[in-house]
Amino acid sequence: MLSIFFRRLLIAVPVIIIVTTITFFLIRLAPGGPFDADKVVPPEVLKNLNATYNLDAPVLVQYKDYMINLAQGDFGPSFRYPGRSVTEMIFTGLPTTFELAFYAILIAIFIGILSGVTAAVKRNTSLDYIPMTIAMIGICMPTFLLGPILVLIFGIYLEVLPVSGWGSLPGDKILPSITLGAAYAAYIARLSRGGMLETLNQDYIRTARAKGLSEFRVVFNHALRGGLIPVVSFLGPAMAGLIGGSFVVETIFQIPGLGRFYVEAAFNRDYTMILGTTIFFSVLIILFNLLSDLMVLLMNPQARDNT
Amino acid sequence: MQNNSLWSDALRRLLANRAAMISAVILTLLILSAIFAPFIATHSYAYQNLSLGATAPSAEHFLGTDTLGRDLFSRILYGARVSLMVGFVATFVALIIGVTWGIIAGYYGGRIDSIMMRIVDILYGLPFVIFIILLMVIFGRNIWLLFAAIGAVEWLTMARIVRAQVITIKGLEYVQAAQALGVPNNRLFIRHIFPNILGPIAVYATLTIPQVMLLEAFLSFLGLGVQPPMSSWGTLIRYGVESMEEYSWLLIFPGLTFTITLFALNFFGDGLRDALDPKISSD
Repeated sequence: MLSIFFRRLLIAVPVIIIVTTITFFLIRLAPGGPFDADKVVPPEVLKNLNATYNLDAPVLVQYKDYMINLAQGDFGPSFRYPGRSVTEMIFTGLPTTFELAFYAILIAIFIGILSGVTAAVKRNTSLDYIPMTIAMIGICMPTFLLGPILVLIFGIYLEVLPVSGWGSLPGDKILPSITLGAAYAAYIARLSRGGMLETLNQDYIRTARAKGLSEFRVVFNHALRGGLIPVVSFLGPAMAGLIGGSFVVETIFQIPGLGRFYVEAAFNRDYTMILGTTIFFSVLIILFNLLSDLMVLLMNPQARDNT
Repeated sequence: MQNNSLWSDALRRLLANRAAMISAVILTLLILSAIFAPFIATHSYAYQNLSLGATAPSAEHFLGTDTLGRDLFSRILYGARVSLMVGFVATFVALIIGVTWGIIAGYYGGRIDSIMMRIVDILYGLPFVIFIILLMVIFGRNIWLLFAAIGAVEWLTMARIVRAQVITIKGLEYVQAAQALGVPNNRLFIRHIFPNILGPIAVYATLTIPQVMLLEAFLSFLGLGVQPPMSSWGTLIRYGVESMEEYSWLLIFPGLTFTITLFALNFFGDGLRDALDPKISSD
C-alpha cells in the first residue's frame, strides 16, 4: 500500500517540474516585456532594470537560475511591486486564503454529509427530495452568481451582514465562506447519498441489522465508513476547485488573499508573480490529490488489496 | 439497422422523463432564439443611449436597460450566441481529442495504452484553470483560443470513459465471435464496437457542455474571457454585479437565464444517461 503511495509521489515530482518548465517558457512567449506599460524609460534605465531582474541573460541561463532559486523556495522579485519578493507576497495572502478555504470546506462537509446521509436513510421521502433539489440548484448556481445574490439579500436589502472585507467587521467572514462552500456542500450531499445508498444494501449492514443493532448504530458505526469513501476521494479535486473558487470569492468580497493577488497579477502582467503563484498552486493541488488518494487507500481495504 | 430497437427504446424512455423533456423544450427554444437573435432582438445589442441610462423593465425595454442605455433583452439574446457557441464548440474539441485518444488506447492496448493513459494521468494533475488564465493573459483574450483551451482541458475524462468502454466491449463474446469469423479490423471497429460506445459519449458530451459554459462564464466574470462589445452571459453577470446595488435587474435577469440553462442541460444529460443505460441510475 505504501509502495503505491510512493509511486504516486514519484510521479508528482516530474509533474511539478513539467508545470514549472511549461509556465516559465509560456511567460517568456508573452508579447511585450514587463516594463512596457510604464512610462517611456530611458534605454540605460531599462538596461539596468533588465540586469536587476536577470532579463539580459540567455533564456536557458534564466531558466537554470530560476529553477535553482525555486528549489530553495525563492520565487524571485515581483515586477510590479518593487522591493517585494513573490515568496513574501504568497505568504502574505496565503493565511487568508487558507482560512477562507478551511471555513468553506468545513461548511461543505458538515452540511453536505448531514443532508446526504439523511437523504439516503430517509430515501424517497421529502427529507430526500428537498435537500437533493437544493443540491442540484447549488451545483448549477455558479459561485460568481451566488456571492453577489447573497450580498444583495443579506448585505444590501436586510443589512445584517457586511458586504465585503475579511476580519475587519464582525461577521464579514460568513458570506464569503458560505459562497465558496455552497457548491461543494451540494456535491458532497450527492456523493454521500450515493455512497450511503450503496453501502446500506451490503450484506454486512444486513448482518448488523440482524444482530439487532439500533438503526442509529448501523448507520454511524457501520455504514458511514464505507459510504463516505466517494466523499473522501472528492476532497482532493475539491481543494483544487476551491483555489479557483477563491479567485472569484476574493474578488467579489475584496479579500486580500492569494486568489485576488493572482487575478491582479494576471491583469498587471506581473510575470514573476504569475509564474510563482502558478507553480505554488500546482504543487498545492498535486499534494492535495496525493493526500486524498492516501486517505482513500486507508479507508478502503479493497483498494489496498488490489494493488 | 438492427440496433434500431435499442435506440428507439432509449428514445421512449427519454420521452417519458418529464424533467428531461421540459429541459429539451427550454434548450430548443434557447438555441433557436440564439440563432435567430437578429430577428427577435428588439434593439441593437451595442447601441448606446447614454441619455436614457439604466431603466427598470418597461414596455419598451422589457428587461430594462443597462447603465449605457443598452437594451438588456437584446444583450442577453446575443450573449446566448457567445455562451452557447463556447459550450458547443469547446465540447466538440474535447469530443474529438478525447474520443480519438480513448479509442486508440483502448483498441490497441498494451504499451500504447499504458503510455497514452499515463499521459492522461499526468495531465490530470495539472491545475488547468490556472493554465487557462495564464494563456488568456499571455496571448490576449481571443475567443478561438478560449475554445481551444477549454476543449483541451475537458477531453481527459472523455478519453478515460471511451477507453474503458472500448476495452469492455472488445472483451464481449460477440466481438470475439466476429473476430474469429475473420471480420477485418476496421470493419469490426466501425460495425461492432463504435455503435456501442456512442451512448456514453453522447451522455458525457451533454454533461460537458454546462461545465464548459461555467468555465467560460468564470473567465468572463474575472474579466479574462469575452471582450466588449461582444458579451457572453458571464460578462453580463460581471456588469450586473458592478451595478447591482442600484439596478438589481442587471444581475437578476442574466443570472436567471444562465442558471436555468445550466439546469436544463444537467437535467437533460441525466435523462439521457438514464434512457441510454437504465442499469446505471443517477447517483
